[in-house]
Amino acid sequence: MINNSKKIALTGGAAAAEALRQINPDVMPVYPITPQTPIIETFAKMVADGEADTEMIEAESEHSAMSAAVGASAAGVRAMTASSSQGIMLMAEILPIASGMRLPILMLVSARAISAPINIHGDHQDVMFVRDAGWIQIFSENAQEVYDNTLIALKLAEKKRIPAMVIMDGFQTSHSVENLEILENSAAKNFVGEYKAKNHLLDFEDPKTFGPVSLPNSFFEFKRAQAESMDGAIGEIGEIFGEYGKISGREYDLFEAYRLDDAEKAIVVAGSTAGTAKVAVDELREQGEKAGLLKIKLFRPFPYDQVAEVLKNVGKIAVFDRTVSFGANAPLCGEIIQTISTIPNKKFTIQSCIYGLGGREIFKEDIKKVFEGLSGDKIEGIKYIGLK
Amino acid sequence: MKLDKKIFEIIFHARGGQGAKTAAELLAQAALKEEKFIQAFPDFGPERTGAPMKTFVRVSNEPIKTHEPVVDPDVVVILDETLLGTIDATKNLDENEAMIVNTTSDREKVKEKTGYIGNIYPIDATGLSLEIIGEPRPNTAILGKLLKVTEIVKLENLVDVFREKYTGKIGAEKTEKNVRAIEKAYDSL
Repeated sequence: MINNSKKIALTGGAAAAEALRQINPDVMPVYPITPQTPIIETFAKMVADGEADTEMIEAESEHSAMSAAVGASAAGVRAMTASSSQGIMLMAEILPIASGMRLPILMLVSARAISAPINIHGDHQDVMFVRDAGWIQIFSENAQEVYDNTLIALKLAEKKRIPAMVIMDGFQTSHSVENLEILENSAAKNFVGEYKAKNHLLDFEDPKTFGPVSLPNSFFEFKRAQAESMDGAIGEIGEIFGEYGKISGREYDLFEAYRLDDAEKAIVVAGSTAGTAKVAVDELREQGEKAGLLKIKLFRPFPYDQVAEVLKNVGKIAVFDRTVSFGANAPLCGEIIQTISTIPNKKFTIQSCIYGLGGREIFKEDIKKVFEGLSGDKIEGIKYIGLK
Repeated sequence: MKLDKKIFEIIFHARGGQGAKTAAELLAQAALKEEKFIQAFPDFGPERTGAPMKTFVRVSNEPIKTHEPVVDPDVVVILDETLLGTIDATKNLDENEAMIVNTTSDREKVKEKTGYIGNIYPIDATGLSLEIIGEPRPNTAILGKLLKVTEIVKLENLVDVFREKYTGKIGAEKTEKNVRAIEKAYDSL
């Protein structure tokens, strides 16, 4: 049954705040300074207006904000925060502590460049920098997905006891007003449910310790268990997507395979550029080209087997990364190379494309040119799209 | 001019602080009232008061997928006439399209300054807002003109949105003054 959802137009940041309002987290430690996002500003107003009774804690740095989230989550309550760019960098030390302590903290990220040179505009360098922090990472194409992913990721995080980042493109999504539908408050609240921490510091009946010393005789086992749990998230998210589809009418999957069925050429991209790429694909299809798109949503854990299944018949693939891995394959491209290596008896052509660093625009025509370039037999190393 | 294109695209050229972003968002919210699909977003450069900036609006009867900046606008709105001649405001604007300019100059003068041979709609939105609101707020007034020229949303929906969003913020009196400025710009020749 579809609930009476509400049609509104908001920035991606405000869409995230709407989801937070409905979740009504217990604690939200924040460090609201540039480069922060409209998420905290909007949510703080909601709290001030009495629309949520979250305890907002203004910390003295992003490092402290994440530390406070760790403390609150370990105490057994829902803790969330939001950050971006240098803020994520400063948090980096605490991110693996949150995941290592198996705390399902939710963080809204407006993904942006990292210094130097100084730049606060949109790209994926911040989130890619922390991709091995043990957090679930889910990308959003638009304001609607930001809202939906916030509810979905929270449920997954709490089920798996793994912290999660809901990622939107800095500015392109966080500051752009777009249409979206939000669930009725009661539907959203029912979906995420009441939070009951499996383990928490204040459980006097069954006391636990969090993050103690673990020497060579046990540390390895902790990490192995953590890795296994992360891998398991791929199997669990399907059920959550299904449940969410029933109440929202919006069906999601681990990724979006857009016109990929009979595609001979495809691009792989995460975030808002997927929307622009869809238009490019549509136009190429009208001209009879068998073009397709794989939009990455779940990046951590990475669904290798499922991606292999949809890419197995696509010969020529361009992978768009909005970050650089200096001296190595860009992160998403590396994952796609790994994915296709598991597909037997098929030769693939992979073109790595770096785009949009530090907020550089990307146009539909740029994407069409990449498709055009895929027609040739030779691949010319990394393409830097839109470079002056 | 009507919403017959798949996606109608507008660029507002202004200086930081003149409220172009607010104007774009008001327009988007009004289109939402008509169950249209919208996008409103600024060009994400440095945001400094007084510096040239632009902001984009898309309105469509179908979902909008693209996230590229608007490069081929159907209408361009110039909130600050001192920008004319300093920026390429009419780039990709063909002669069947339109430029709305906040200016005290007439059509011929604007044409001379910009070299644009299409439809030019000059309006003294600053003067109008000074006269009616008592403050230089060309961003709201010029929306009236934009609606008259493009008919992309109904005037009453824009006015409703303005009242909903601003009555609580700036009070009923100032809100009504803004509404009058919008309506007067709409009715102006």
